[in-house]
Parts: sequence; structure tokens; C-alpha cells
Amino acid sequence: MDVFFQQVINGLVMGSMYALVALGYTMVYGIINLINFAHGEVLMVGALTSWSAIGMMRDAMPGAPGWVILILATLIACVVAVVLNYSIEKIAYRPLRNSPKLAPLITAIGMSILLQTLAMIIWKPNYKAYPTLLSSTPINMGGVVITPTQVMILGVTAVSLAILMWLVNYTRLGRAMRATAENPRVAGLMGVKPDMVISATFVIGAILAAIAGVMYASNYGTAQHAMGFLPGLKAFTAAVFGGIGNLSGAVIGGILLGLIEAIGSGYIGHLTGGVLGSHYTDIFAFIVLIIVLTLRPSGLMGERVADRA
Amino acid sequence: MKNNKTLQYILIGAALIALPLILQMFGNAWVRIADMALLYILLAIGLNIVVGYAGLLDLGYVAFFAVGAYMYGLLSSPHLTNTFAWIAAAYPNGMHMPIWLIVPVGAALAGLFGMLLGAPTLKLRGDYLAIVTLGFGEIIRVFMNNLDHPVNITNGPKGLDQIDPISIFGLNLGKKLVIGDFEIASVSLYYYLFLSLVLVTILISHRLEISRIGRAWMAIREDEIAAKAMGLNTRNLKLLAFGMGATFGGVSGAMFAGFQGFISPESFSLMESVMIVAMVVLGGLGYLPGVILGAILLSALPEVLRYVAGPLQEMTGGRLDSAILRQLLVALAMIVIMLMRPRGLWPSPEHGKSLKTK
Repeated sequence: MDVFFQQVINGLVMGSMYALVALGYTMVYGIINLINFAHGEVLMVGALTSWSAIGMMRDAMPGAPGWVILILATLIACVVAVVLNYSIEKIAYRPLRNSPKLAPLITAIGMSILLQTLAMIIWKPNYKAYPTLLSSTPINMGGVVITPTQVMILGVTAVSLAILMWLVNYTRLGRAMRATAENPRVAGLMGVKPDMVISATFVIGAILAAIAGVMYASNYGTAQHAMGFLPGLKAFTAAVFGGIGNLSGAVIGGILLGLIEAIGSGYIGHLTGGVLGSHYTDIFAFIVLIIVLTLRPSGLMGERVADRA
Repeated sequence: MKNNKTLQYILIGAALIALPLILQMFGNAWVRIADMALLYILLAIGLNIVVGYAGLLDLGYVAFFAVGAYMYGLLSSPHLTNTFAWIAAAYPNGMHMPIWLIVPVGAALAGLFGMLLGAPTLKLRGDYLAIVTLGFGEIIRVFMNNLDHPVNITNGPKGLDQIDPISIFGLNLGKKLVIGDFEIASVSLYYYLFLSLVLVTILISHRLEISRIGRAWMAIREDEIAAKAMGLNTRNLKLLAFGMGATFGGVSGAMFAGFQGFISPESFSLMESVMIVAMVVLGGLGYLPGVILGAILLSALPEVLRYVAGPLQEMTGGRLDSAILRQLLVALAMIVIMLMRPRGLWPSPEHGKSLKTK
């Protein structure tokens, strides 16, 4: 039973990171119907920026406690990611707003490759050891082990989600975002500036992705230019799983996906007598996705909308 | 006028036939680039059926390519006979299946996979289909990577090697052909094989495009609900598009395996799928000349650049090596071309006509 609870904790940690990234995908999709392929790369840039920032700060102020450095590095990563994502939207997506649907998708894929390549040139292609800034002594809770980093991840995710929900549901900007998602033209007639709303969406998505990037790197202890791909892909899966365009769906989808992966990879070896090992973890996400979409094609929380002609 | 056109075709034909013989003089590497470009054209035309005609975004196309390649690899390399005693007993001289058996089997298997994937997913909306196909591509790759135990079928990440070269009518394309004192390199022989395959594929694809089925696909692409209302069986038609596209993918996969002599899961990454989609969309969705242009541009041009990149690498102190530069240019090309020509470099003249005349 300990194994089970341990995997639940691991799953929650992974899932909360997926949820943060999935929110970025789902918000963008909800408003401009675009799969933002470069979103995983924003996560990567956030993680690598924070890695550089941590290195510099450790040299500059050797006595500072780990959590101060981590918070400062996360802030720097957020700023860089915001500038990046804002410019991506402005350069690569905005001019194509009324083009055939596949055109922005291709520029998004191009952006993703471009960012990976640039990151490879700037940071070199090797894996970087990401420093452990919080205490590394694990907390033991009745046989289940959780590290302070993981506690931080769960805490930060909860706080970020609360702020986001408040922002979307109770502020002027949030109302404008929801209105634009529902019907951009009518929202425009009501005095909402769609361009501003879209930019705001990319900015919020970038902040969430940068936070997720820092946490992802802290959790695994490494960072590299290709690290954004897999979490990006899985987060997108999570967004579709929950019903794309739906914020709570993205969170639930992300956490469920994390749990399924963790529990699945924890038990698949036992269940199949060692025939299938945990290296099949990465395909759980997709198998679950295919099953869910076959049974409930618009995702767990998605509304059943008729296809618009 | 008509005479003029025939002359044009003859000239283009002569140029295509002479091309490898000229490239051969500069080294076989150049012919290899042409070979790979032809293979990519084959793949792009196959994917164009799915994305261009039927409008179904398939981001896992390389999975079918992989199925064809592994089919060829397994049936004509010593891997299976080395692993399984009973197969070795059945084929004491090794499994060297003839190409006439392997290619149809590989194509059929890829087509079957296409249908299997399509059946549960085709009722999904476009973007969901994209992610499911993408997931399917990853699943196939993970299986190829891990099916080396408990029973070693795919040899895992090490891949399959010593795959027989393709031989047709007793002519082994793996060896150079000597006629008198003139010799044609092995890569040039492959060039002719691939060129004829491309021509056949273009013919099939073009005939499909102007057939009843092709028009039905395009109706689905433009407006699925309206197409359904016109009495088209959209589900079966979409399945057919998926299956046809996958079959082309399987054939090119088999060709790739025979040509390379070695395959590993690395050749079938998501990036490969993305590149093929990019070829189709950059060139001109649903329009054959455009698709071919896109395939040539994205496959051959970066390879050519690899040779030009040397001096640049020295200038930047080794930070920019040729592979990185190539990736950088492909990415920039994708963004810039799409921004300047959202319908592709050479779009179909028919597409969107009805909208303009309204």
C-alpha cells in the first residue's frame, strides 16, 4: 500500500506541473483556436534562464539562502518568458489571424524548432545539473516520502491556480477573456480589445509555463534545450483530456494524467510479470487519451458543441 | 501549342534522367541527396492525400513510414533468423524475401494500421485528430524502442542492420552497374527506382484527385456537414483517405529500409512527421506541384547547405555547426514563408475560387 501512496504523491507532483502548462495551451486554444506548439519551449526557456540566473546569483551573493535565490530566479525566468511569448504571438501568430487554419500551426512548429535551436546555441546542448536549492532531506510521512521541492511544487501550483481562477472569474480582464473566447466579434462590439486580450493570454500562459519550467527542472535536477518537448506534449494531451478551452478541465486533466502515469508505471511491471517495464510510461498518456476521446470526444469537461461551419 | 507542351515534357524527362549521371561526377553524396528528396516527395504526396485532399491533420504520419521500413527490415535482414531458431530452421539460407512480396505486405500492413487508427478517431474534431495521430506516432516509436525484450522482435534502439539492398528483375541495386566502360553508381540506380515510383504515385494521386472520390474528399475538407448532407458517406471516405495515405507511407518506408540498409527508431521521430506536414503545407496544400516543390525544398536544400556551412562554422568559432545551422534555417523558412504566403509557395489555383467570385 505504501507504494500506492508514494505513487499518488509523485503523480500529484507531476500532474500539477502538467496542469500549469496545460492551462497555457487551453487558454490560447480557447481564444484563438491555435495549438501553440511553442509553449513547451517557453517552459524550457524559463528553466534554462533560471538556471543561468541561479548560477550568477550564487556567485554574486554566496550567503543568500536557497529559497531567496529560487524565488528571484523564478521571477527573472517569468520576465524573460513573458517577453518571449508576447513577441512570439506578435511576430508569428498575429499576422496570420485570418489565414487558412494550418498556416499558424506551421509557424508555431517553426517557432518551436527555432527556439530549441537558439537555446542549443546559447546554452550548449549538454545536460545541465540543476542545483537543489531547498533542503534535500526528504520528509517521511508514515512510509511515504516527499521532498521539500515536491512540497514546494504542490504549494506553488495551488497558489498559482487560485490566483488564475480569481483573475479569470472576478476581474475586468478575466471577463474580457471569457467574452473573447465565447465570441470575439461580439466581444469587440462590447468594447473589448481582442488584440489586448490575446496578448494578455499569452503573457499569463508564459508566467505559468516559466513557473512550471523552474519546478520541472528542480524536480528532475537537470535542464536541457530539448526538455520542453515531452512536458509540452503531455500538457497538451492533458488539456485535450480535460476538454480543450476549459480551464478547470485543464487542471483536472493534468492532475489525472500525472496520477495515471505514476500509478501505471508503478504497477505495470508487477501486473505483466516484468514483461512491460516502466519505460512504457510515456505511452500511457496517449493510450488514455485515445480511449477517452473515443468514448467522450470533447474531453472530460468539454461542452458538446456542434461543429461550426 | 500542344507540340510545345510535348517538347517541354520530353526536355524535363531528359533532364530528370540525366540528373544523377551529372551529379555522380561530383560525388555520390549529391546523388544521395537527390534520392532522399525523391523519398520525401513520395511521403509528401502520400500525406497530401490525408491532409491536402481530405483535410485531416495527421501528425503521426511517420508511423506508417516506420511500419513499412520495419516490415522490409525484418523480412530481409538476418535479425529474425538469428533470434528465432525455428525461423532459422525454416530458412537455412536466411530470409531474403523478394521485394515483390515485401512491398505489398508492408504497404498492406501500413494501410491496415491507418484504418485501425482511423476507425475510432475519425469522428473527432480536427485538432483532436492531430493530437491522437501524434500520440500514435509516439506509441509506435516507443514500441520499436522497447520490443527487444522479452522477445527480441525489433532489436530495440540498436535497430536492424545488414538489410538486403533492393533487387528488381535480378538487378541488384546495391551494386554499381557497369555497361561497357561506363558505370552507373548504386545510388543512381536507386534514383531511377525512386523516380519511377514518384511518377507512378503522382499519376495515382492525380487520378484520385479528379475522380469522384477525390471530389468527395475535397467536399469533406471544405465543409463536412454539407458533404454529409449531400449524401456522402464521410466516415468511409475519411477512412479510405487515411488508409491510402498510410499505404503510400508504407511503400516509401520499405524503399527507405532497402536504400539505407540500416534502420533504427531514431529515424522515425516526431520531428520527421512534422517535417513532412511542413513540406505539404509550405508547398501548397492539396496541389501536387506545390507539394513536390515543398518536399524538394525542405529535404534537399538543407542538405546542400551542409556543404556551404563549413566557412560559416569557422567564422562563428564552431558554435554554429552545420546540423544546427540547418535546423535554424528550416525553422526560419517555415516561419517566413508562412508569414509571406499563408497558402503555401505554389498554392492550388482552384482553391478558394468560389469565395473570390462571390
